[in-house]
Amino acid sequence: MSFIQDFLHAKLSQTEVQTVTCKKCGHEESAYDLQKNSYICSACGFHYRIGARDRVKLLFDKNSFHELFTGLTSKDFLHFPSYQQKLDKSRETTGEEDAVICGIATIAGIRFAAFVMEPKFMMASMGSVVGEKITRLYEYATEHKLPVIGFTASGGARMQEGVISLMQMAKVSAAVKVHSNAGLLYVTVLTDPTTGGVTASFAMQGDIILAEPGALVGFAGRRVVEQTTKSKLPDNFQSAEFLMEHGFVDAIIPRNELRDTLAEILHMHQR
Amino acid sequence: MNSYEKLKTARQNGRPTGGAYVKEIFEFPIELHGDRRFGEDLAIMAGLAYIGKRPVTFIAMEKGTDLQSRIARNFGSPKPEGYRKALRLMKQAEKFHRPVVCFVDTLGAFCGAEAEERGQGQAIAENIMEMLGLRTPVISVVIGEGGSGGALALASADRVLILENAVYSVISPEGCASILWKDSGKVADAAECLHITAEDMKEFGVAEEIIPEDFDHFPKMCKNLKAALIRELDNLCALSEEELLEQRYQRFRKFGNYNDKNA
Repeated sequence: MSFIQDFLHAKLSQTEVQTVTCKKCGHEESAYDLQKNSYICSACGFHYRIGARDRVKLLFDKNSFHELFTGLTSKDFLHFPSYQQKLDKSRETTGEEDAVICGIATIAGIRFAAFVMEPKFMMASMGSVVGEKITRLYEYATEHKLPVIGFTASGGARMQEGVISLMQMAKVSAAVKVHSNAGLLYVTVLTDPTTGGVTASFAMQGDIILAEPGALVGFAGRRVVEQTTKSKLPDNFQSAEFLMEHGFVDAIIPRNELRDTLAEILHMHQR
Repeated sequence: MNSYEKLKTARQNGRPTGGAYVKEIFEFPIELHGDRRFGEDLAIMAGLAYIGKRPVTFIAMEKGTDLQSRIARNFGSPKPEGYRKALRLMKQAEKFHRPVVCFVDTLGAFCGAEAEERGQGQAIAENIMEMLGLRTPVISVVIGEGGSGGALALASADRVLILENAVYSVISPEGCASILWKDSGKVADAAECLHITAEDMKEFGVAEEIIPEDFDHFPKMCKNLKAALIRELDNLCALSEEELLEQRYQRFRKFGNYNDKNA
């Protein structure tokens, strides 16, 4: 179950009124309206974080998503303190096997391969399972000559898997490169938050890089940058808008226009 | 030595830095500067040289050897322009069918505001992806610290050699301790948990070979390293481009440890 739904249910049981409050502007509106508006605050345009399954439902053609590479789960092979507990807890709260779902879907009838990261699963950190599933997806897409659309969200490499999680950056990148060399399209959609090793690998390797408004996107964490720079950073530092200003994002697309934009891009690259 | 002692050894002042290996191993080095995009980054020293009779492109992270040079070289933490210089010279190496030899020694990619503004993540991402498709052999030697993505951006290679007391990690043990336990004092514990030593790398297959250290007899030690490099370059240069790329792909494809219900 997605976290917006968790939140709504919690709200509902407390007050019997289905309202949500925007954490940016404080605007209250009904959960129904919020959902109808793609989980965007109708007052200030703030994009609520949403789970992977909600995103699939929101953007892909109805019932078109065919999930692939299920059955892979993370292993605490380094016996890292509290990793197993964190995995168990994330599985319970999200109902997902790990931090990414992959599959085939259509938008406006055009087929593509998709990966969608789940920020609620250990901050969508990338360990062996995330790396393996996305790599398999690229290999599948190359074999079947499909474009890839990837929705990134991640706290970075999953340190509980040590250097093996770092190697996932290279493993996925190698598969992206082969897909790219085959003349196939890769569109990245950066969502809040995309950081660390995911930014430093497949999030920034798209032919076209889109971002949701206000999404946090960066390599180093803000606190680390502040300590290194020894000064206060502007509020918009590492926002999607900041990245576009500096030339690292092609376009910022509000979530309720994303489906149309993706449809158009897919259409232009049909072969 | 435990992991923490190795970490301290890998960072020790006086430990030879990238430039020392370039000087000792190669003949007639010519340093080449600049990324042709933004600027020059002294944290990465790169250029052309001979190893035996073979011309190569060398790319070495350089931390500096005294306070002044350390500041000039940003303590070996490259900025995006450093990675872009490295990529430019790797592409040049590919054009002229020269192998590439990298020396990795960094706490990590620089984390300042200007590095973010100039796309540190993008620069690393591009290096990793392009290295994996580079149609010429690449060997990386971890000589001190292999700090996260900033190290991988020069280590997405056909072979990785690692010095016996060098370390390689997904995150600095300090960073790990502060995130996990909100206590940067637990560095030793973090170092242990992360498995960062040369033996760990050999076991994981992240490095093919451990190079013994003998800094009291540095020329002799480098002779040994040079022999290993020449041997590996001979092996890699004997492959066709297709074989080379396929082997590199498979080298990284194997990484991952997980449960598979369908297996």
